Amino acid sequence: MPFVDSEAVTKRNYDVIVVGSGAGGGQMAYTLTMSGARVLMLEAGRKYDPGMETAMFQTPEMAPLRGTSTPDKPFGFYDATVDGGWQVPGEPYVSASEKDGERFEWWRARMLGGRTNHWGRISLRNGAYDFKPRSRDGLGFDWPIAYEDMAPYYDKVEMLVGIYGANDGLENTPDSPSGCLLPPPKPIVSDLLIQKHTAKLGFPTIACHRAVVTQPLDSQNIPAKLHPGNATAQDIIARDMRKRSPCFWATPCGQGCSIRANYQSTTVHIPPALETGKLDILTDAMVAEVILAKDGRASGVRFVDRRTGKSRQVSARVVVLAASAFETVRILLNSRSAQFPQGLANSSGKLGKYLMDTVGSDLSGQIPLLENLPPHNEEGASGGHMYVPWWGYKAQQAGKLSFARGYHIEFNGGRRMPQLGTAAGIEWLTGGSYGAKFKEDARRYYGSMVHFAGRGEMIPNENSYCEIDPQVKDKWGIPVLRFHWKWSDHETRQAAHMQKTFAELIESMGGRLHKPPENDGANAIDPGGSIIHEVGGAIMGDDPHRSVLNKWCQAWDVKNLFLADGSPFPSNADKNPTLTIMANAWRVADHILDRMQRKEL
Amino acid sequence: MDRRTSLKWVLTAAGTLPLGGLGLMPLSRAADGVRETKPYGTDPKLTEAYRSGDLWPLTFTPAQRQIATVLCDAIIPADATSPSASAVGVVDFIDEWISAPYPRQREDRKIVIEGLAWFDGEASRRFSKPATALSVEQIHRICDDICYLPKVHADFLEAAKFFARFRDLTAGGFYTTPDGRKDLRYVGNVPLPRFDGPPIEVLKKVGLV
Repeated sequence: MPFVDSEAVTKRNYDVIVVGSGAGGGQMAYTLTMSGARVLMLEAGRKYDPGMETAMFQTPEMAPLRGTSTPDKPFGFYDATVDGGWQVPGEPYVSASEKDGERFEWWRARMLGGRTNHWGRISLRNGAYDFKPRSRDGLGFDWPIAYEDMAPYYDKVEMLVGIYGANDGLENTPDSPSGCLLPPPKPIVSDLLIQKHTAKLGFPTIACHRAVVTQPLDSQNIPAKLHPGNATAQDIIARDMRKRSPCFWATPCGQGCSIRANYQSTTVHIPPALETGKLDILTDAMVAEVILAKDGRASGVRFVDRRTGKSRQVSARVVVLAASAFETVRILLNSRSAQFPQGLANSSGKLGKYLMDTVGSDLSGQIPLLENLPPHNEEGASGGHMYVPWWGYKAQQAGKLSFARGYHIEFNGGRRMPQLGTAAGIEWLTGGSYGAKFKEDARRYYGSMVHFAGRGEMIPNENSYCEIDPQVKDKWGIPVLRFHWKWSDHETRQAAHMQKTFAELIESMGGRLHKPPENDGANAIDPGGSIIHEVGGAIMGDDPHRSVLNKWCQAWDVKNLFLADGSPFPSNADKNPTLTIMANAWRVADHILDRMQRKEL
Repeated sequence: MDRRTSLKWVLTAAGTLPLGGLGLMPLSRAADGVRETKPYGTDPKLTEAYRSGDLWPLTFTPAQRQIATVLCDAIIPADATSPSASAVGVVDFIDEWISAPYPRQREDRKIVIEGLAWFDGEASRRFSKPATALSVEQIHRICDDICYLPKVHADFLEAAKFFARFRDLTAGGFYTTPDGRKDLRYVGNVPLPRFDGPPIEVLKKVGLV
């Protein structure tokens, strides 16, 4: 009985409670149940079935308002996210400042699978530098682990999830061992044009890495590599891999994937975990706090059943929080006791500190060379086929750049499914045409736009943190977070550098800019939270006085409490965090299994 | 890949295609009387097909609808390639848009309703006719004065703002229909056995061969 009700869970025995069902919770539940642990997964949002609910082939004219984004559906009507966005009704948060650059916008998804139902699926490994940033430039924090500790788990996650990409042997851009990556899709014409011009400017354009299956997963060989010596697990995952279809080169990934070609926790992690018979899932269970037993261990959690509004408790040997970085922090800050008046596992006072997002800035251009191209299908794998990894490591080491950390460039172009904005706002190109001339102009400019987005590393700072607001509670009566946010010059200068680089690139391609690049980094940088790569808040480290977790993401203060989302990250490399969240969750799960086997938990 | 596999994919994915999208199953409406204007909420049914007027009551009076038709078709007239904007339901779309209970659409509601009234008034001032009785040439004479915001005469500033917004809505409504997609020669949203990248003639045209 995989999906259970809140009455049933109080009567069962579990080894581990996993709070959250996204990348971290999904991977944690998968790894634990595949090894036979009995797991209860608690999800705050509703049950979600991508097989039945995914609007895959739907086109804009079938949607209200042609599918445009609204406050109810911030990424458009057909975005797979339900009950999610920067505002969730009844679940407020507070900003300590209303000033530009000092606000953090918190994106949440209240549904099974969490935010994995909506993401770009870009899956880049952190490199060796990214685990030891402080050792390189004296800023921020080193991780208590090195690339070598994470590498075997990156291998496993890539093989399990299915990631396309290539090995290019570039600095701090790790290659994967043979058999890990799937072939990348062929570049589209704008990719090749960008590649030509980035080469002219002295930086590389290479195959992107994304969680989209481009050929059938190797169900013969991968299972034994994922689960050595575990025949049951191998059999389950081999059968599941054969049920996943490779990409059929149509429909936007963001609308979800009922053929299971791309990664969502609900299509990749949860089905085989359920197949073990060891996983119970309780949805609509909003976890309010971790319960501390008299012996100093976490005995379980208290949650609010969202359907009835009633509070309930459930217990287990181990508690894992993977509720999304800041929701996990919120749960701990709200878990107050005589022993931990400032929140559970917070003897260091570092809980809620060092919040990070990704630095974002973007610029679009119109490329005359791409006008009036012969019609051809450019949808491919829906997201980027190529990207530009950070190329400035040597320049930074030599002190030639005014910011310490790097960014990569994501881009898109092509003759995509026309949307509401496809021929909108083009007066700057058309001189205000209407009528027959406008129709010609729309044909001419369609597919000739390229869009560049920089995604850069933010260095943790003392001014970006969260705490419990003394007054405001959500509709379940749970106190909410208050955010403090500040960028440093490293981030704003980096954003200005992005603008300059994109403008040079567009000009090199013979393109036109609607607006000049933004030279002022404070204006160029997207607001905190808008890239939805938030991590930190409960960082891992070597020193219990300066970190919340040890290198196993185990709370220094509470032996059987682990964190498995983005909250333990001591830095936020430019590489999108999801792949590292999954790899780290697998690493932590292996550790928990090992300790449970040795009866230490 | 064999044909059976690709057919299986289509059927799997088509399991969630809306019947309403094929025009078979109209959504139920409140029997009569005034309907409440409510947002569709954070968890709408995504696999349903929606039509203008299904989710909230519409706004246009018959007269406003006629003026909107004149303007939509001035912006996107029929030509050898595709029908006019009004012929593919763009007026219905704009009515749905300005009737929606969201902040951006509420702003547009004011802009569009006032703009349509201005246009009708301008027709009367210049040609002593209602907008619906203007010749194509007369319509163009008004549009020429308001079609390009950066160079508009100060007297027409508000009208030009309206026209820019109305043109964006008309274009958006048009190019998101099957006829509009065909006009742009969009090909896609169909499963393929493999992805081949750009054909050689495309690479030649861009100078990448």
